[in-house]
Amino acid sequence: MQNPTFEIKAMRASYGAKEVLKGIDINILSNSVTAIIGPSGCGKSTFIRSLNRINDLIPNFHASGDILYRGEDIYSGDVDVVDLRRRIGMVFQKPNPFPKSIYDNIAYVLRVHGFDMREMIDEIVEKSLRKAALWDEVKDNLKQNALTLSGGQQQRLCIARTLAIEPEVLLFDEPCSALDPISTAKVEELIHQLKQNYTIVIVTHNMQQAARVSDHSAFFLMGELIEFGKTQDIFTKPVDARTEAYITGRFG
Amino acid sequence: MKRHLDQELAGLKEELLKMGILVENAIFESIKALKGLDKEIAVKAINDDRIIDDMENKIDEKCIDLLALQQPMAVDLRFITMSMKISTDLERIADLAIDIARRVLELTGKPLLKPLIDIPKLTDLAKQMTKDAINAFVNQDPDLAGKVILLDREADRLRDIIQKELMEDFIAKDPSATPRAVPLLLIARHLERICDHATNIAEDVIYMVKADVVKHHPEKLK
Amino acid sequence: MNRKSRNKRLDKGFSILGIASIAFGLIVLLVLIIDVFLDGSARLSWSFFTSFPSRKPELAGILSAWVGTVWIMAITALIALPLGIGAGIYLEEYAGKNRLTDFIEINIANLAGVPSVIYGLLGLGLFVRYFNLDRSILAGGLTLALLILPVIILSTREALRAVPFSIREASYASGATRWQTVRYQVIPAAFGSIMTGVILAMSRAVGETAPLITIGALTYIAFLPQGLSDPFTVLPIQIFNWVSRPQKGFFANAAAGIIVLLGLTLIMNAAAILLRHHYQKKIRW
Repeated sequence: MQNPTFEIKAMRASYGAKEVLKGIDINILSNSVTAIIGPSGCGKSTFIRSLNRINDLIPNFHASGDILYRGEDIYSGDVDVVDLRRRIGMVFQKPNPFPKSIYDNIAYVLRVHGFDMREMIDEIVEKSLRKAALWDEVKDNLKQNALTLSGGQQQRLCIARTLAIEPEVLLFDEPCSALDPISTAKVEELIHQLKQNYTIVIVTHNMQQAARVSDHSAFFLMGELIEFGKTQDIFTKPVDARTEAYITGRFG
Repeated sequence: MKRHLDQELAGLKEELLKMGILVENAIFESIKALKGLDKEIAVKAINDDRIIDDMENKIDEKCIDLLALQQPMAVDLRFITMSMKISTDLERIADLAIDIARRVLELTGKPLLKPLIDIPKLTDLAKQMTKDAINAFVNQDPDLAGKVILLDREADRLRDIIQKELMEDFIAKDPSATPRAVPLLLIARHLERICDHATNIAEDVIYMVKADVVKHHPEKLK
Repeated sequence: MNRKSRNKRLDKGFSILGIASIAFGLIVLLVLIIDVFLDGSARLSWSFFTSFPSRKPELAGILSAWVGTVWIMAITALIALPLGIGAGIYLEEYAGKNRLTDFIEINIANLAGVPSVIYGLLGLGLFVRYFNLDRSILAGGLTLALLILPVIILSTREALRAVPFSIREASYASGATRWQTVRYQVIPAAFGSIMTGVILAMSRAVGETAPLITIGALTYIAFLPQGLSDPFTVLPIQIFNWVSRPQKGFFANAAAGIIVLLGLTLIMNAAAILLRHHYQKKIRW
């Protein structure tokens, strides 16, 4: 058994008085892809956005329970949130490149972390773009504004930007919901390659995508974890009737 | 674009190829047992069938996983669904080879009714068709598959000759020869069934590659 | 069928009404501008800009007025910009959402709507009397700075709010601190809109007369201010002064002054529009 990257016990989360996660127990394994699926409002986005504490930006958000990242409680007072977010990278639903050049998008996150040697930045920019399978498409236009790229390219730039600071974990929050099928296929292919070196958690409302890219799947429903297991088991012989109803489209 | 699915499909193909080799071997061993009326070889062939049965399960499971997880389309979909059918046919061929081995056990200890002439012909045909069907699958070769399908008539013809000879020249003339004739009758039938399954595989290969349904439409092969 | 044709008529009726109201506004403005140009264009000359006011209308110019305006605007900008933009950034990006910030927010919005003469009274009491600055450039600049501060704070906040949340998320998610995010992502993205707001606020200040008269700015100055503590006059006051004279010649001077003031505000507004356009072209969300 691999060491879990995240060990989560009795995790609860709420926005003001509204509780959206009602006691989640789950272990997320290293160097594998864990997909979180479930209908809208099941808490899957809240869950993933709690893992790098990006949800702290939302007013009135509160999380409790044991959320251990490599044995360390990420919600305890002495955690350096800025460092946590460097170690746990995130790619969002809508591609969100900075309104700067392709080069500066990646250079910015490097400068934020104190890189200032020009050659080093050049090298990491190229390396990250290659890892994100974008280099060949943009290598001649690095000074071009990132917002002129297509949606799929923008999302791969965001992945490159995340990879540039060498995180240990990659969180994908519905990374393909704004992309066309070809771009989606490219991003999925990328996720397959990245799992060699990263622990990946992906939230998706697209069950087929979860089936395609993940090793383990978790089905969330109304703030609870209904079923968690190997993806092939979840999609061919789910144990819980609610999981079966959801993945077969007989829901509700 | 490089696809993760391609790796999976290559893996599946490799599994089927392995299974095909085991099945060819099963035929080979059974025939060897028949030719020498060798009990030991027959028993070993029967026992080895377990491995092929396990492989069929494994391939079916793999196909179901791929269907559920990768949602294959078009050529990929045909490849995976036909792989499931091919694995079933291969397993049935292996079973028939085992049946031949069982008949051999029934025949040992008694002198042969007559020297085998047409059965070895049919045996060679069954071996050839199985081998070609598997090759057609491996190389995704519809032309070779078409040749396999056309050979099926020859198999039927040979079986009929064998049946007729055994019924008319032996059983009808001397009913006491029946216990020694029936296993041979059955062996001819088993071999012909092997040819049928090889034909099925060949038809599946054509559908896989060209999306052409030639099953039950022999005119399409012309 | 009947209702459909009625709706069509209503639709048409409203568009005619709309065109009529636009035409009314434009025609009045046009008449005003033409009238001013007819009255004042003859007086526009180089010497009009380089002469001090005089008892003889044909010798009088706006030198001290425009120099005063430049001084006042510079002081106003120096004070109001950092304070206003800083406060806007703090309120939008740093301050927590609680009763106190809500209260401050409502008050700033209200302050933006307070009549300018009230600011004049405040300036008179606070700067001129209490701080003993007299009717100096500093007192005038401070007063106008107070006047446009709420406007700048509001427009800065508006500009920052228009920067998509996703940009902040992207920055924080890559491990940037709040300051790095605000300094390198949010402010650059909002820069065009912030500057647009600032210029519009300044162009409002350029035309203000009441608060400066209230603090006692002079109407007749035949010298140029040398420093912050010198008395001053500004263009609108000079115009106001000329308009109130009986002689016909001063009336023409006032019209010429109005042309200059109109031109100035027009240039500033155009700059704001160009700036906004420029940044919008560069940044598409």
